Order: sequence, then C-alpha cells, then structure tokens
Amino acid sequence: MNAFWIILTGSLVAISCGLLGCYLVLRKMTMIGDAISHSVLPGIVLAFLISGSRDSIPMLIGAGLLGVLSTFLIEFFHRKGKLQTDASIGVTFTWLFAIGVILVSSYTGQVDIDQDCVLYGEIAYVPLDLWITENGINLGPRSVYISGTVLLIIITFIWLGYKELLITTFDPALSVALGISTTIWHYLLMGAVSITTVASFESVGAILVVALLVTPASTAYLLTNNFRKMLYISAFVGVLLSFGGYYLAVWLNGSIAGAMATTGGIIFGLAFIYSKNKQRILQTNPTTASDQINRSI
Amino acid sequence: MIEQVENPIIEVHDLTVSYDKKPVLWDIDLTLPKGKLIGIIGPNGAGKSTLIKSMLDLVPQSSGFVKMFDQDIKDIRNQISYVPQRESVDWDFPASVLDIVLMGRYGKLGFFKRPRKADKEVAIDSLRKVGMENYLHRQISQLSGGQQQRVFLARSLAQQADLYFMDEPFAGVDAATEKAIIQLLKEMSSDNKTVVVVHHDLQSVTQYFDWVILLNTRLIASGPTNKAFTHELLEETYGGKLTLLTEVADLLKQNELPNREKKVNK
Repeated sequence: MNAFWIILTGSLVAISCGLLGCYLVLRKMTMIGDAISHSVLPGIVLAFLISGSRDSIPMLIGAGLLGVLSTFLIEFFHRKGKLQTDASIGVTFTWLFAIGVILVSSYTGQVDIDQDCVLYGEIAYVPLDLWITENGINLGPRSVYISGTVLLIIITFIWLGYKELLITTFDPALSVALGISTTIWHYLLMGAVSITTVASFESVGAILVVALLVTPASTAYLLTNNFRKMLYISAFVGVLLSFGGYYLAVWLNGSIAGAMATTGGIIFGLAFIYSKNKQRILQTNPTTASDQINRSI
Repeated sequence: MIEQVENPIIEVHDLTVSYDKKPVLWDIDLTLPKGKLIGIIGPNGAGKSTLIKSMLDLVPQSSGFVKMFDQDIKDIRNQISYVPQRESVDWDFPASVLDIVLMGRYGKLGFFKRPRKADKEVAIDSLRKVGMENYLHRQISQLSGGQQQRVFLARSLAQQADLYFMDEPFAGVDAATEKAIIQLLKEMSSDNKTVVVVHHDLQSVTQYFDWVILLNTRLIASGPTNKAFTHELLEETYGGKLTLLTEVADLLKQNELPNREKKVNK
C-alpha cells in the first residue's frame, strides 16, 4: 500500500509539472520555471508563520504570490536594468531562496518544515502523514489530496485557456494584435507553475522539481510534432518516471526523488537516440521520406 | 510630399515612438485612403516595422495617436489583421499548417470557445486561396520559406478583416510565391480591402503599390505612387548612400524605358 501512495503522489505531481513543462519548453523559459520552484520557498514559510498551520491553502497562495513576484522581478531587472535574462534569473531566485532558507532555519526548524524536506523532498514519508477525520476515518495521505487538487487546477487551467496559451506561446505579436493579452497569460502560467511547485516541494524537493518540469516535456518534444500529443506524452512520461523511480530507489535502497529524476534522464536519453535514428533513416533513405510525405498529403 | 485624404481609413497624428529615449519614429502625421495597396518604403532601421507595430498598439507610443475607421484600435481589433515577420516565430513548434491557420479565428471566438467546423472551413478556404490546401496536416517544420509565408497569409485571410498589415511578406520567398502573394493582395484591394505592406525592394514598388509611404525616422512622403516615388524624395529617404542612389537611378531609368521583364512574364 505504501508503494501505491508514493507512486500515486509522484505521478500526480509529475503530471502537473509535465503539462506545464510543455509550455515552458516551447516558450524557452524552463530556467524561469527553475527559478520559480526555488523562490516560492519564502512564500511558503511566511504563509506557514502567518497562518500558524500547515494548511495547504495559505501555502498555495503564498507560493503563488512569490512565484509571480519573482517572475516580475526577473522581467524588471532585465528590462529596466538591461541585465541579461539568465543573469537576472540567477540573481532573483538565489536571493529569494536564500531568504527562505534563513526563515526555515531560524523560525521553523522545530516544526515539520525543515531544510532537508525543502531541499530533497520526503516522498518516502507520504504514507505516514495521513488525513484522519474527527470521526477517525482514514482518508489516506494528505499529500495525495494536495497534489490531486493542484493537478485538477492545472488541467482546468489548460483546458479553459488552451487556445490562449497556445497562441501566446507560438506568436505573441499576433495574439496582442488579436486582443489576447500576453502579459496576463504569462503571469497566469507563472502562477500555475508556482502552485505546482508547492505540491512538488513535499515530494521531490526544490532541487529536483526542475527535472519534473523540463525532462518529460523535452522528451515529448523529441517524440512528436503535435502539441496536443506532446501534452499527453509528457504526462505519460511523468507517470513512467514515478514508477521507475520508486522501484529503482527500492532496488538501490536510495533516495526516491533522486531515482525519479534519474529515471527521467534515462527516458529522455532513449527518446533522444530514437528520434536521432528516425531522422537518420529519413535522411539516408530519401524515397521513404518522400513516400511518407506523399502519404501524409 | 505628404498627401492627406478625405475620410481616411487610418489616421496617424503626431506619432513619436522611441526605444530607450532614442526616437525611432519622429512626429509622423499621415492619413491613408481606403481600398488601396500601400507600401512602406525606407532603409534598414528607418522604423518601417515600428510604424505598423505602433499603429497596432504593439509597441508603446511616446506621443500622438492613431485612429482606424475613425475609432480607437482597441475597439476594432476584429476588423484588423496583422502578419508579423516570418522569422518572428519558431517554425519548429509542434503544430500543423491547419493549427496555425486556425489561430486566425481565435480573435473572433472569444474566451473558452473552441474553433468549430465553420472556423475550420474558413481556414481551409483561406489555404486554398494561397494554394496550400494540400498541406493541411503537414508539420510547419517541414515547410519551405515561401510555404511558411503562404501559411501566414492564409492565417491572416482567415481573420476576414477589412484592414491588413503585413511585415515584409516578400522577404526570403521564391519568385513564384512572391507573384502569387502580390496577385492575392491585388485581388484583396479590388475587393475594397486595405493592405499596408512593409517592403524593401525598390525595383518592384511601382508595379506593386497604389500608394507609398517613404520613411526614415521622419516621414518623407505619403501619396499615390506616381507622385511620391520620385528621384528627389528617394534621395531624401536614403540619404547619401551611393550604392543605393545608383540603384535608384537605374530604377528610374527602367521606368522611363519600356519594361521588358513584364512582357516576358506575360
């Protein structure tokens, strides 16, 4: 049963990350995703200190605000200060993350947010933190509910804003000309990434969230030319790496988060070799290539 | 030579645009007539693209205003179509030709709504007009430069607008595509649509456009091609650039002599 809960939590988180990751990859913004996953930390801690509980809703709000703030700061330093985007990202997220680390170490060390959890995640403890109602009914691990809710939010967001997200990603100039605000959708997407990282914090930790955001989406990008399929493949790779990661960790008796990210890397490597071979076959065999094109017409 | 028109479709008043406090466009004041094929001509860095982008409110204006159909741009976006430069998007994006052309319908759809069958039909019809109906499900990464430009044009047609802005639609396309595109633009303007095109090939200006705008940060001229596209005004637009001036001289000579190329084409 423990294995089931851990893999389920991992999968839910990985699907959320994988879906949003597709947009980040195509917008060439994966490093902003990395930045957000780190800079939400002070938001989470402040929400915890202000509300005094480990309730998820204040944490989601805190993280959302900090995520959008860090996106804004990155843009601000880049535009007003003429700083290169990557330098601007580097300055912003390390600074915010550092504040988070200080807050965790000095104020919340004695409670259940600690540095280890934040940095490496504690997905192995998921089955221990149960949601038990006042009547004593065991509803299962709390993490499953948090990451399930987040996934539901992400799917709804993508479902409702599918065409707006697509056009602002592919052709921002056209979308503005059509009256679809690129700024609003940019910040909505960044808000979505922020709340996803909250769910990921508990399971894989701040360092490896970026692996979930980037690896499944990049794998999917190599395997398809269809955006809708890219979303599906990315989600599927997320599930696959949760399964693979769990059993790899059991076999090696090591960190589950680390094993999940490693599995992701292996899946990516296989996809890379496959897509390179496919290209080579198409190039060295022009008749097959033209046949395929003719058939597709 | 700045000719103003009665009942203009576009009115630009005292428009100044600057990037980092450096003016890119300075005090542009012009009116454009309806139903014409209009070319914006000028050297590199003259602010040609910026002019259409600022008309469409895609870049912030430092001063002045722009009116289209005598209204603010925000209220009539549905009637306006914009074709960005081809290189401005990532053609490795995982999408098919149809996906891209359907984006032209997004402005008419509104929030939440998905493209319907009718939208798809408009998209396919637009592709037919640019001769790309056989490429519906082709991945955009497999298209040639000319085909990419045709897809962009089809997307623009799918918007079913009255006023079209196109940024360098002839850049890097093959001769056949250029011919097909200009044919289509002429048909559009005879249907009383107005088409504004950023253009940099001086050779073809007199054959393509009814109206030209000569631009070099300042507005040098705006008027019917035969009045505005003159030696003196081109010299003023392109400054003392010798090679360009000889090109212009050649061009004017060509205009005086019977155009042999045209005969061959026919």
